[in-house]
Amino acid sequence: MNLCNSRLSVTFVRQCSTIFTSSILQNKCSSINGRVSSCSSSFSAHRTMSSGHRGSRDSSGSPGPAGAAGVGGAPPFQHPHCDRAAMYEQPVRKMRTKGGTYDYDLIVIGGGSAGLACAKEAVLNGARVACLDYVKPTPTLGTKWGVGGTCVNVGCIPKKLMHQASLLGEAVHEAAAYGWNVDDKIKPDWNKLVQSVQNHIKSVNWVTRVDLRDKKVEYINGLGSFVDSHTMLAKLKSGERTITAQTFVIAVGGRPRYPDIPGAVEHGITSDDLFSLDREPGKTLVVGAGYIGLECAGFLKGLGYEPTVMVRSIVLRGFDQQMAELVASSMEERGIPFLRKSVPLSVEKQDDGKLLVKYQNTETGEEAEELFDTVLWAIGRKGLVDDLNLPNAGVSVQKDKIPVDSQEATNVANIYAVGDIIYGKPELTPVAVLAGRLLARRLYGGATQRMDYNDVATTVFTPLEYACVGLSEEDAVKQYGADEVEVFHGYYKPTEFFIPQKSVRYCYLKAVAERHGDQRVYGLHYLGPVAGEVIQGFAAALKSGLTINTLINTVGIHPTTAEEFTRLSITKRSGLDPTPASCCS
Amino acid sequence: MTALKFMRCSSRTCPTIRATIGVGWSRHASSNPRYDYDLVVLGGGSAGLACAKEAADCGARVLCLDFVKPTPVGTRWGIGGTCVNVGCIPKKLMHQASLLGEAVHEAVAYGWNVDDQNLRPDWRKLVRSVQNHIKSVNWVTRVDLRDKKVEYVNSLGAFLDSHTIEFLARPGSERRQVTSEHVVVAVGGRPRYPDIPGAVELGITSDDIFSYEREPGRTLVVGAGYVGLECACFLKGLGYEPTVMVRSIVLRGFDRQMSELLAAMMTERGVPFLGTTIPQSVERQADGRLLVRYRNTTTGTEGSDVFDTVLWAIGRRGLIEDLNLPAAGVEIRNDKIVVDATEATNVPHIFAVGDIIYGRPELTPVAILSGRLLARRLFAGATQLMDYADVATTVFTPLEYSCVGMSEETAIELRGADNIEVFHGYYKPTEFFIPQKSVRHCYLKAVAEISGDQKILGLHYIGPVAGEVIQGFAAALKSGLTVKTLLNTVGIHPTTAEEFTRLSITKRSGRDPTPASCCS
Repeated sequence: MNLCNSRLSVTFVRQCSTIFTSSILQNKCSSINGRVSSCSSSFSAHRTMSSGHRGSRDSSGSPGPAGAAGVGGAPPFQHPHCDRAAMYEQPVRKMRTKGGTYDYDLIVIGGGSAGLACAKEAVLNGARVACLDYVKPTPTLGTKWGVGGTCVNVGCIPKKLMHQASLLGEAVHEAAAYGWNVDDKIKPDWNKLVQSVQNHIKSVNWVTRVDLRDKKVEYINGLGSFVDSHTMLAKLKSGERTITAQTFVIAVGGRPRYPDIPGAVEHGITSDDLFSLDREPGKTLVVGAGYIGLECAGFLKGLGYEPTVMVRSIVLRGFDQQMAELVASSMEERGIPFLRKSVPLSVEKQDDGKLLVKYQNTETGEEAEELFDTVLWAIGRKGLVDDLNLPNAGVSVQKDKIPVDSQEATNVANIYAVGDIIYGKPELTPVAVLAGRLLARRLYGGATQRMDYNDVATTVFTPLEYACVGLSEEDAVKQYGADEVEVFHGYYKPTEFFIPQKSVRYCYLKAVAERHGDQRVYGLHYLGPVAGEVIQGFAAALKSGLTINTLINTVGIHPTTAEEFTRLSITKRSGLDPTPASCCS
Repeated sequence: MTALKFMRCSSRTCPTIRATIGVGWSRHASSNPRYDYDLVVLGGGSAGLACAKEAADCGARVLCLDFVKPTPVGTRWGIGGTCVNVGCIPKKLMHQASLLGEAVHEAVAYGWNVDDQNLRPDWRKLVRSVQNHIKSVNWVTRVDLRDKKVEYVNSLGAFLDSHTIEFLARPGSERRQVTSEHVVVAVGGRPRYPDIPGAVELGITSDDIFSYEREPGRTLVVGAGYVGLECACFLKGLGYEPTVMVRSIVLRGFDRQMSELLAAMMTERGVPFLGTTIPQSVERQADGRLLVRYRNTTTGTEGSDVFDTVLWAIGRRGLIEDLNLPAAGVEIRNDKIVVDATEATNVPHIFAVGDIIYGRPELTPVAILSGRLLARRLFAGATQLMDYADVATTVFTPLEYSCVGMSEETAIELRGADNIEVFHGYYKPTEFFIPQKSVRHCYLKAVAEISGDQKILGLHYIGPVAGEVIQGFAAALKSGLTVKTLLNTVGIHPTTAEEFTRLSITKRSGRDPTPASCCS
């Protein structure tokens, strides 16, 4: 039997050829720090295959408005949001002179998810783009990293890998329950894990650099600050350089805050340091119960260290509070203590190297102290506005963030902001990527579509994961009134949990919906395994106008946990017991 | 009693049903005293139980008959039907066991000091764990029936006439006859055996494998439908050596490209396929092993090989033969029962739900929903019909395959190739990098209309936790998902499901669907 049909084989060949060309790339561009042009010949060489019509269009010299995507070449299809394919096939045009005298059409400050997406998309739409990126070392350990921003280096990616490591430790125990002859008295090798994680990050950094070069974005490893609204001073290793641009996009992102207490900066670390920490974290105090704090505490516990979470006021501020408390309870059940209503007062290093943390209960006023090997601050993040010298450009700030309008424009017409530096928007990689890309298309592709910041799904990668999309129950009640909101909820029992006798106590989900009429779904919340994978599709459903009627008439996939959404039938209002009885009928 | 049931119904079920189906309805007006029961359900599987319980909740007097004939090697099981006893549940647990074996190796890559050199499963312990779980589900099901006031008899029911069912009330006792206003046939199906020497005597089926008392060892899986592939895969994951014999194509009825990709993934993992091959005989050798003779139908060459276990997974047949359907006048086709959109057979008060229906997806959640909706129509004045379109499903192979809506072929056949746009892409799950797992077959595609907002007709995904990924998209498809909406849905990072929001390359463009960058 022919297992690979022809189409498939072609794809495989293509995959192989990609690997082949990228290995050529590595050879020819061995000096990654060299200027972009030094590699341009090899790039164009391997690009010739797909550039049949490029040369002719280049030579025709008709600049044309960048907005008319696909002019000249027949785009494979016409659709305002799916024309990335057409865009990628566009020639990198000679720039039409916009201001005439500027070095660049666009300078993007910040090489994270938002900045890179924006810079790459702008180039694909014909702009001349420079991207400045610079990482200041952390104060405590001097940790620094490469291009790609928070997500790749000290955020989602290493976090997810450590989370996965922790889940795999759990999987080893489960494997024993399922009959595998494995000795489940296991320990992790922290240094090996860190090395594996860092190796992966380095490879992503590399791919990112290659991608930038491939897409003809000029990458400048320097710290930019405004001279005026069109001029930027870039501090490079080799000195200073003044560059000008018609348009600026600020995408500098944020960094973790430190509390203003003795010893915080000297002895504490943050998520910026944790993923490359060169020693085992040991007994760790995690200060802060936002999603970063909970995720770090979760994987540290899974890896066998002893985290404690210190909470000033509430867990997972901004999230549905019923779900947040269930997340906290599920962590407590796993043996992670929570110090509630507590604030740290000081951190002192003892002679034996351990850290003495003094803290206070804000309700009782009682003070206490405890020894830890590591103190991790996860009390929030601040926008990196300080080094930008924004007053020179006249850009106004709010706290340490930049307010923007629905076009991501600041108060200065030619200066925009995307990503975590924006005031009052979700700080999430895919939001930043999409916002940056849409901005570039509006600026250089004649597009009009704006970023929709509503109904953005997100996941907290705690041991039992929590994902949600849309409104929390509180927000729905606030927005529509308690009488107009119906909440369907239920506990459930994942099939796989029975044999290893894992706790199903916190496996819970709910749908917040309109009470009358079509019962439009306002929000979905899920606590359980692979929550992000479960919620993503429902996020698309919410955007498509999901109603309760559609939800419960969607046929489930059995046996999954996601199917539990299609079985939601008990309303909170009814007061009925939301624990399940039967399994498969 | 009737009043009590009505009370129970209005206080418990009505609010949720009214809230969920959104229609006003009244209880089954009054039971017809001419009949012993309002409803007799034949079959205590997913469809039958769902229908029986919902009918009882609506105030009907319900009898449910369930009986499992032992397999040729003598395997039998309790109430709950295929899914609970010899289908989805044990299959998913064995699949999970196999994934956990893989997880142990991955744990080493992630730095855990676990010894994975001589990793072996304990088949008996696994089977015992699986069977214990099944027994507990059987028990919960019994309690649930009692709780819901469904009368249950463990017996094989057959028609005497269209309103009368005959069964043995207790083993050895006299046959009992009951009459019912309505009858729902939900007897489901059982695996087929091929008509070759030794098939029944020496082969087993999925009915036996989950309670098999000895290690399966080197196993020939005959058939490459989803049951065959799933069994082969968990056997491989557990360290046994399965071989898959395919008569014609892999995963008939599924998207061809995805099916072939899945087969390629299995081949990469070391599961050999015997293509265009049919078995001819099975003989037991002196050493107890099984000699299977087979023939390649393309080349005509014959071959033979020795296996420890031969598993037939060549399809399932409907269990109509013991029902005495001619007595009721119910029409059949092949071994299934033909029904209309209301699940009614040609005899108006006799219905069929679940796997016994001709030409409908044989899936537990389909059976449950159609059974439940039928009961609501019969006894609660509801009108909603079961929608069999766009039913999502998953094949639990090591990289799982899940899909909802049309295959690419079906879309092309129904709409024409010029009116279809297929967006596709390979992707690299973040977690795969450290253990260096193969990402070669991690692939997904969206089949959509080419014009307008590009309404999505089908979604296909091969990768980890495929069922969990696709379920929400199934709800989205039912809500009218378009490519425009899909691409403007913000991803959840880092997940694999977010890859659907990043689909940008069309097949038509001919561009390379392999990814470059990761997070921007």
